[in-house]
Amino acid sequence: MTGYDDRLLLRTPSKTRIARYPAAVWIIVPLVAILFQVYVPRFVVALSYLELPLLATIYFSLMSRRPVTGSVSGAVIGLLQDSLSHQPVGLFGISKTLVGYFSASVSQRFDVENNLLRFLLSFFLFLFHQILFWVLSRSLLGAALDLQIPQTVIYSFLNAAVAIPFFQILDRLRSDTR
Amino acid sequence: METLLNRYRNLSVLLLLVVGQLLLLAWQVRAGEDARLLRVWAVTAVTPLARAIEWARGGTGGFFSEYVLLRDVRRENAALKEEVGQLRLANRFLKTELEMAERARALALFRDRTPSKVLAARVIGTSAGLNSRVVFVDRGSTDGIRKGMAVLVPEGIVGKVVQAYPTASQVMLATSQGFAAGVISQKHRVRGTLKGLGSSLCPVEYIENEDKVEAGEWFFTSGDDRIFPRGLPVGTVKTVREGRGAKEVTLDPSGLRGGIDEVLIVVEGVHGLVPDPPRPSSNEVQILPPPPDDIPQEENLSPASRALPTEADRLRERYRRVGDSQGHNFGANPGRPPDFNRPVPASPKPAAPRPQEPPPPEVQP
Repeated sequence: MTGYDDRLLLRTPSKTRIARYPAAVWIIVPLVAILFQVYVPRFVVALSYLELPLLATIYFSLMSRRPVTGSVSGAVIGLLQDSLSHQPVGLFGISKTLVGYFSASVSQRFDVENNLLRFLLSFFLFLFHQILFWVLSRSLLGAALDLQIPQTVIYSFLNAAVAIPFFQILDRLRSDTR
Repeated sequence: METLLNRYRNLSVLLLLVVGQLLLLAWQVRAGEDARLLRVWAVTAVTPLARAIEWARGGTGGFFSEYVLLRDVRRENAALKEEVGQLRLANRFLKTELEMAERARALALFRDRTPSKVLAARVIGTSAGLNSRVVFVDRGSTDGIRKGMAVLVPEGIVGKVVQAYPTASQVMLATSQGFAAGVISQKHRVRGTLKGLGSSLCPVEYIENEDKVEAGEWFFTSGDDRIFPRGLPVGTVKTVREGRGAKEVTLDPSGLRGGIDEVLIVVEGVHGLVPDPPRPSSNEVQILPPPPDDIPQEENLSPASRALPTEADRLRERYRRVGDSQGHNFGANPGRPPDFNRPVPASPKPAAPRPQEPPPPEVQP
């Protein structure tokens, strides 16, 4: 195993730190993320590509390192997002539940405080979320939703780029650790 | 069993959550119901925050930006800073006021002009989804808004209300996927169905290849969908080409060309008319007005013939009047036929109302 692998893979229990946050952070951050998505694109259309609720789900799942917490937080954020959309409640819920679960599962093996890994995880999890949402919409609702792969990849890249500073800001809210 | 659940705790919770949400989805799709309680909670929780932010933005946003601007001017030119700043501030303020007044005037004008009963509403947020084409407006069921009401601006249709909550309503924009409206072209009166696909242009479906549609032509609502009153502008044709089985027409929705801040919700719709296309005007070429029809004009028709629906009925009425004027009874005397070249006598007009007699002068005692 190379030195670089050592930096990414967790081999010692001392690195498997579980981040803790005040209860208010668990409530306010997802709410603000959803409010951002509801409100900001009205004035800055260019920011409509941002999926802050998904980034919040990924962050809390990664940092909690518990698949149960990841799944539940993903489900709650997704359902809240669903209830503010015009589609049947559950599509975002299921997508984000799975994203939360997989994020937390990955975090048990990797050092998720590494920025490069955070970027890659955000990129692939955003892509996974979009494709899963598209599959669910088509298979469960029969919606003729259009999946534009190049655009989705660009959005994944942009969201992953935003995820780095966003996660660093959220890191400051930790009341930490072990 | 308990050991098994503990062993696969993570997977069990995941399955529980996914299956639970799948069941919720299945129930909504199958029963056509909606998880309304959940939505009402979410909207009621978010709407006050959105309103507060909107209020704060409107009240302090302009002042803040002007303050920053003023500080920059001071740096560049200390002597003129106050005057320039004040002038710019006043100018911007007046400009904003003027724009707002113009918008409000256009809305008020349209509201007065349209026969439908409409309610003004303000957009307070978008829906929570990537590339969302659904917005929230600050009028809800307490204001009389109901699901399915049409939403428009003077420039054209905007969308329709898909959910009405107590304090706000959710409006699906015309470009949103799942949106549909009956439309009719202005020039050739071709009917079709406008559909939203999630992009900025909307296709108009069910137009035959034989039907004539031109690029740049306006489409109006046809009223067939029972949501939008007939005669509202929808948009202009962006592209048109022959397709397999049906014409492929895309429309640029006129109501969504600029950003939407204020909208009108049609509370009681009244169908209007689709206006005729403007005639081409030219200074070099004189174009006469269209020739009068041989058919008697509406005003010359007797009340009985005014009710005649077809050309054959009108012709029959004309012959009857010719026969009557020459004392010929069709079908009765096989003698000489009437002279159809003589002018047709005008239909007896209803007697003009007699002028009202002045009241008798009061006799003074």
